[in-house]
Amino acid sequence: MMNLYGDRGNVISIQKRCEWRGVSVEVTDVRLGESIRPTECDIFLFGGGQDREQALLADDLSGSKGADLRSISSEGGVVLGVCGGYQLMGSHYETADGEKLPGVGVFDLHTEPRKPEEARLIGNVLVRVPLEDGSHREILGFENHGGRTRLGEGAEPLGRIVSGFGNNGEDGTEGARKMNTYGTYLHGSLLPKNPWFTDRLIETAIRRADDTFTLEPLDDETENTAFESVAGRVRRG
Amino acid sequence: MNKTLENARLSVAILAARSAMLASRALRTGGGSTMPGVVSRRVDPKVLTKLSKRLPGGAAAITGTNGKTTTARMVSHILRTANMKAVNNSTGANLVTGVTAALVADSDFSGKPRSDTALFEVDEASVPKVAAEAELKLLAVLNLFRDQLDRYGELAYLGKIIASSFDDLPPDGSVVLNADDPLVASLGRQARKAIYFGVEDHSLDMGRLQHVADSKSCPVCGTDLVYEAVYLGHVGLYDCPNCDFTRPEATYRATDIRFDGAKGTSLRLSTPSGETEMKVRLPGLYNAYNALAAAVVAMEMGVALEDVKGGIESFGGAFGRVERIQAGDKEAFLLLIKNPVGFNEILRTFVAGEGSGASHVLIAINDNDADGRDVSWLWDVDFEMLADSGDVREPFTVSGIRAGDMAVRLKYADLPVGSVIPDREKAIKSALEATPSGETLYVLPTYTAMLEIRRTLSDLGHTHPFWEE
Repeated sequence: MMNLYGDRGNVISIQKRCEWRGVSVEVTDVRLGESIRPTECDIFLFGGGQDREQALLADDLSGSKGADLRSISSEGGVVLGVCGGYQLMGSHYETADGEKLPGVGVFDLHTEPRKPEEARLIGNVLVRVPLEDGSHREILGFENHGGRTRLGEGAEPLGRIVSGFGNNGEDGTEGARKMNTYGTYLHGSLLPKNPWFTDRLIETAIRRADDTFTLEPLDDETENTAFESVAGRVRRG
Repeated sequence: MNKTLENARLSVAILAARSAMLASRALRTGGGSTMPGVVSRRVDPKVLTKLSKRLPGGAAAITGTNGKTTTARMVSHILRTANMKAVNNSTGANLVTGVTAALVADSDFSGKPRSDTALFEVDEASVPKVAAEAELKLLAVLNLFRDQLDRYGELAYLGKIIASSFDDLPPDGSVVLNADDPLVASLGRQARKAIYFGVEDHSLDMGRLQHVADSKSCPVCGTDLVYEAVYLGHVGLYDCPNCDFTRPEATYRATDIRFDGAKGTSLRLSTPSGETEMKVRLPGLYNAYNALAAAVVAMEMGVALEDVKGGIESFGGAFGRVERIQAGDKEAFLLLIKNPVGFNEILRTFVAGEGSGASHVLIAINDNDADGRDVSWLWDVDFEMLADSGDVREPFTVSGIRAGDMAVRLKYADLPVGSVIPDREKAIKSALEATPSGETLYVLPTYTAMLEIRRTLSDLGHTHPFWEE
């Protein structure tokens, strides 16, 4: 698993849920100026930072690192971008100071800064995520972003907002998805709160090497209780 | 406007504030610490400026993510020891209204403060407003950690906000800065006069940056800083390998730090007017920093080194931050949790390691505005280090609105999860019951959970409501 400036809760969640099933995990942190090794990793986590760091990251991603991410994504690799990482996976990102930073271009979307009269979008979020078989499942998280993300024509959202703001607080969409690449504003942390989604990333990643692989179920009572107590409160508004 | 009229307006403002204070006490609304400020400011918007200018010794403000209350209380205590009378906003009312309320309460109806000086703890985002209105001789910035990101957005921005107030200090005003916190130290580049303090003790080196490192890149050029020693979070001895930014030389230094668990810490204090050994009777490195900052502020206000030592050594603790409450034949030890760095420090001091002795632990996590609504910071707390230490004797009891998230966090650190009791009242009662006679229950609550737990303890007859303090 490769961790680019990612959220620690997400890293731990994948690590433990693999470990508890006897799947060994190695985590590699990729820092500024270091290259991604596309063939050596199965899951790529991509976090983000404050405006100043976003500029450094955008610069860092403008070369081979960005190109690697694009090819990993287009070949069906498992990538999760959260918040600042998600924003940089679009075509471009504009900072609060008006600086236009180029994105990796995995998703057809861009992010604009909030207007002076607009507030940051902050709070618990509940999202309905459509699955391949036509059913839906929910993910829960916390968002805190000033930027407004607008999806382009060809972009598919990760899900629809049940409660919260999502991409821009206006069109009811949250995040983006393309094959096995996901982008979202939800942290808080995302994966520990939503074990089914964590398992989906793990299973997809392992199935790329072994298509008969299935994950053994775990006892998720602690996680489910935590999810329900917050989701219930969020639904009640 | 003429002066008589201005003074009359001030008197009416103080009178109105007094009535508001009495009313709120009588009605037990609990807003007694800010309401008089709101009321008096409405009557006389210049009330803070007028009163602060009448303080013979001037006013000082203390800000930062961690330790504001403790440090301000320490300075007040030192000043009292040195026979100077200081007013402060001691109940955690740290916005401009709370600061105003404190000064109003200290003044007679003619608008004359009874105290010689004022010591304010000020919320980071409120610094510009307070500095613009109150005449501050000193402004101390203790540290800037990722604490309530959902309130302020970004740390670097917060630094900018604080630095924007430097121009409002009077010509003889100084800024006191923590040299060991890179972001805080970098603010000195925008100050007319900056005084730096820092800890110099390589034995405190954690050997690596804790996971919560907030500001590990150079605040000037963005390059990763190189650390010679990391004390906690991003605080330590650092240097930028790329630009001219480096840890400023500290004129006030703490060295030879020796921890003695819950009993406190001893250290050697070096100042421009001499050196001394002293004991801080509050636990952990955090409080060593608070004592150091308090020493700087007190000495810059004219207190002699012996009085600083005497004051710090006789200081017992600030409300709610670290508090021991006798509960029958047991004891409850309350340690406020504000952010991952503070949480790590508490775990390191009380739970892990030799001589720590915390067996019975209750953690209570709320997500109200005052606690921070985003609980993702729980993942930045190093519970893994605790699991590795093997020092957890009994499973923790978990409580609070986000008890579920806390339980998940413990599970993923391979720590045993004890009872999960979201209701704070039930949790503290049950945890106290499970604590054997003669032993101590360690209670680790976020802010609003702490208020709730204190209220329950008070209802059980173990303490008094805080506003009566």
